[in-house]
This record gives sequence, C-alpha cells and structure tokens, in this order.
Amino acid sequence: MATTLPNPSPQQAPIAEPVVVFDNVCIRFDAKPVLENLSFSVDRGEQLIILGPAGTGKSVLLKLVDGLLEPDSGSIHVFGENITAMRETDRFKLRSRIGMVFQESALFDSLNVEDNVAYRLNEERADPAESHRRVEEVLNFVSLPTAISKFPSELSGGMRRRVSIARAIITTPDLILYDSPTGGLDPITSTTIVELIVKQRDVSHTTALLITHRLQDAFTLATNRWNVEENKMEPIPNGGIDDSTRFLVLNEGRIVYLGNTRDLVHSEDPWIQQYLA
Amino acid sequence: MPFVSPEVFAKEKISAIQDYSVLAGRAVANIFSRPRYWADIFTQMDSIGFGSLPIVVLTGFFTGCVLALQSATSLEEFGAVSMTGNLVALSMVKELGPVLTGLMVSGRNASGMASEIGSMKVTEQLDAMRALGTDPIRKLVTPRVGATVFMLFFLTILSDAVGIAGGALVSVLLLGLNASSYFHNSYRALVYADVVQGLTKPLFFGFIIASVGCYFGMNTKGGTQGVGRATTQAVVISSVFIIVVDFLISRTMIGIFGR
Repeated sequence: MATTLPNPSPQQAPIAEPVVVFDNVCIRFDAKPVLENLSFSVDRGEQLIILGPAGTGKSVLLKLVDGLLEPDSGSIHVFGENITAMRETDRFKLRSRIGMVFQESALFDSLNVEDNVAYRLNEERADPAESHRRVEEVLNFVSLPTAISKFPSELSGGMRRRVSIARAIITTPDLILYDSPTGGLDPITSTTIVELIVKQRDVSHTTALLITHRLQDAFTLATNRWNVEENKMEPIPNGGIDDSTRFLVLNEGRIVYLGNTRDLVHSEDPWIQQYLA
Repeated sequence: MPFVSPEVFAKEKISAIQDYSVLAGRAVANIFSRPRYWADIFTQMDSIGFGSLPIVVLTGFFTGCVLALQSATSLEEFGAVSMTGNLVALSMVKELGPVLTGLMVSGRNASGMASEIGSMKVTEQLDAMRALGTDPIRKLVTPRVGATVFMLFFLTILSDAVGIAGGALVSVLLLGLNASSYFHNSYRALVYADVVQGLTKPLFFGFIIASVGCYFGMNTKGGTQGVGRATTQAVVISSVFIIVVDFLISRTMIGIFGR
C-alpha cells in the first residue's frame, strides 16, 4: 500500500440526513417477489454490510440504490433525492456522486486499465494530464501502479477487482456500493481487497453499502481499522468494533436483521444463529 | 420451446414492439442533443462501411453477372438480347442492389452488434456504463444507427455500380454484346424515379439493421447462450424486416412516381 487518497470534503447534504433511505420497497421479477417491504436507512459515513444466502436479492438491492433497477412499489431516496421518481437522464447526475464495484468487476474489455479507471473523467472531458495523474494516484492506492497499460483480459481476478475499486473511487464519490468485492477470490487476495475497503472507509470516511458472502470478511471489516501512520490494517485494540459498521441480513427478500455487530453475534434468532454458524 | 397462452404471447410481442420503438426513438432523438460520440461514429463507419466492402462488392458483382446471364435466355426468345443492359440496370438499382446489400450488411453487422452489445449486457458492462453516468443508448446505439444509415447508402451505390459492371462483363464476353450499347441502354433505362427509389431504400434498411441488432443486444438474457440467441434473432428479424419494408417502399414509390 503506497499512497492514500486525500480525505474528501463532505458535500451538500446535511450531516443529519441519511444518505440512503428505503421506504417499503418491493420488487418482483416474473411475478416472483425478490424484495418485499424493505425499509432501512444508511447514515453519512456509515458502512452497511449486507449478508444473506445466495439469491435473496442482495445485488438487486444495490442496483436499486444506484437506480439501475426500479422498484415495483415504495420509494428510495439517495442524498435526499427520490431516485425512483427521477428520469434516467437526471439519475446520471446523481450517479456522479456514487461509485459502484460490480460482482464480476464489469471492466470494459475493449479499454485498457487507464481508460477504464479514467472512464468517468474522460466522459467529463477532463484534462488528459490531470486525468493521467489521478489514474496513477488511484492505482497506487489499490497497489496496481504497473497495470496501467494492461487490458482486463491480462489481469487476474483480484487485479480486476482492484481496478474496479479504483474506477469507483477515482472521483472521490460520497457513496460506494460494493457488490461481493471478494467473491470468487482466494483468501490472500480477499484480504487485500478487504484492506482496501477498510482503508477507503477510514481514510476517506465514505458511506458504503457492501455485499459479501464471506462472514470472515464481514467481521474483519467490523473489527479492524486502518493505521494511517504505518499504512496498514490492524485489529481495533481490546476487541473493539468499528462503530460506523452496521449489518443488514436478508433472507427470502425480507430483512431478518438490521443493527450493529455486537447485537448480530449475540442474536437469539435461530435462523441467524444457524446462518452465522 | 415452452408453450404459453395466447394472451401472454400477445403481451410479450406488444411489449417487445414497445421496447423496440422506445429504443429506436431515443437513438434518433440523441442525434439532436449533446454529448455526441463522434469518435464512436467514425469507428463504426469504418467497421460497418469499410469492413463490409468485400462482401458487398462480391455480392453485387456476381449478382449483376448472373442477372445478365439469366435474363439473356428469356430476352433471346423475343429477339431482345440487346436489352440486357436495361434489365440489369433497372433490377440492380431499384431492387437487388439495395436489398442484397442490406441483407449482406445485416448478416455481417446486425449479428456483430447483437453479439457485442449482448456480451456487454451479460457481463454487466452496460450497467457499469450507466453507473458511470453514460447513457448506453447514446454511446452504443446512436453511433451504430448513424454510421449504418450513412454507410449503407454508399455501399448500395457501389453495389449497383459493380453489379452493372458485372452484367457488362458477361454481356460482352459471353453474350457477345457491344459494351457501348450495353452501357448506353443501361443509362437510358434509368430515370429519376428509379434512382430515388433505389437510394431511399438503404436509408430505411440501414436504420433497421442497426436498431434491430442493438435492440437484441441490449435485451440479451441468459449468459453466453443468450448472446448466441440474440445474434440469430437479430439477423433473422432484420432480414425479414428488410424484405417487408422493401415491399412497402416499392409500393409507395410506385404510387408516387408511377413506376
């Protein structure tokens, strides 16, 4: 881990206002309910870890937050704006404040790493020199400075995931959505990705929603912090837990748990106990 | 293939027509607003136009050749072999040039568009594009529609020209006709209405090829198998569309110009 990104200044929305608010959201595909009556909110600077069995609607939830899918009923407010009532053209503006890391990275395979990472800057017609500088900075952040001219097909799964994170954070978004960032990766690479997420959380204090299937990664995120002086991840002393981390557990499209780490591990709900075991 | 009730089937088809209409409408509307992706338009022009040159030239040339060969047999019965040039020119300019060029470009490019955009769809690249603030219709569909309409127009002119040249080659070398007479008759056979009809068609065909190819690409479902299915559907539907629209344009043009 080389350099760190500067801490972005908080923007626009007042501190008290939640960044994401779901109000009674339902969505179904082909008459099959995927998410039912989902209501929750995510505050500024908070990290919400979304857990649940496969096929329970976690990725759908994240796409709803970014306006990539529309709910059948209910409303979703992001940065105080009702994204469900917006036209697609207006959503593009809102998405400039949101970074998203896709499950399979979703890098543009016809573009090299630099063009992938700088995609948003290039679309905004940013100065090429400035754009190149920021790409180098952000690739240093994800420890991939040498991959700048490579194509996605030349990268390993873990490297693609790191490029995807770099692409999501290059514009220092106010909200980051991680869709299974460690899915399908070996434990060592997963730890590298988790370190990056902790670093992004503790250095930039960005609000984040994160899906993971690996409980180990989820609890690593909740029990570790980024040591800026030593530039490495370390456990929070005395068995401490990160206060900004909360958990949302989904099962069959419904919320079965929403709360902090301590209450989750001490939950007496038999299904949660079985899931965590 | 699973059976569905007529009601579900009808709803699916109407929904598909609605989705296609919305996509086509937005692709056209994007031409009149910023941002415009000129680099993508020129890349597509190169890929669709220059890339289709070999098949269009070969198809046009040999169609002209075989047209001269076949028509001479019939014309001989009336002692009118010298009219071969008329027949080849009229057939190529009004019908075969636009339609065969459309079908060839459809086979090559509608499939390419459906598979390229379909692959992006199944690997979430389209979602990533939207998440990064870019409208995929503006970035991917509009440049393809514009480039195909523009390039098909000139490819058709080229196909007509090499078709008439192919007819000339057969007429002179195999049928023993005079080259000057052949070209003179070809030129005299064509009037303004024929040329207008022949050059109006590629504008519609180009739009059909690109919009249908992109529609099936953007609506790909079901992984790599879905990409294959989208590719096949794009070629089949755009080819059928071209033939149907060809009939409609011909009827309209005959109604307007009287020939």
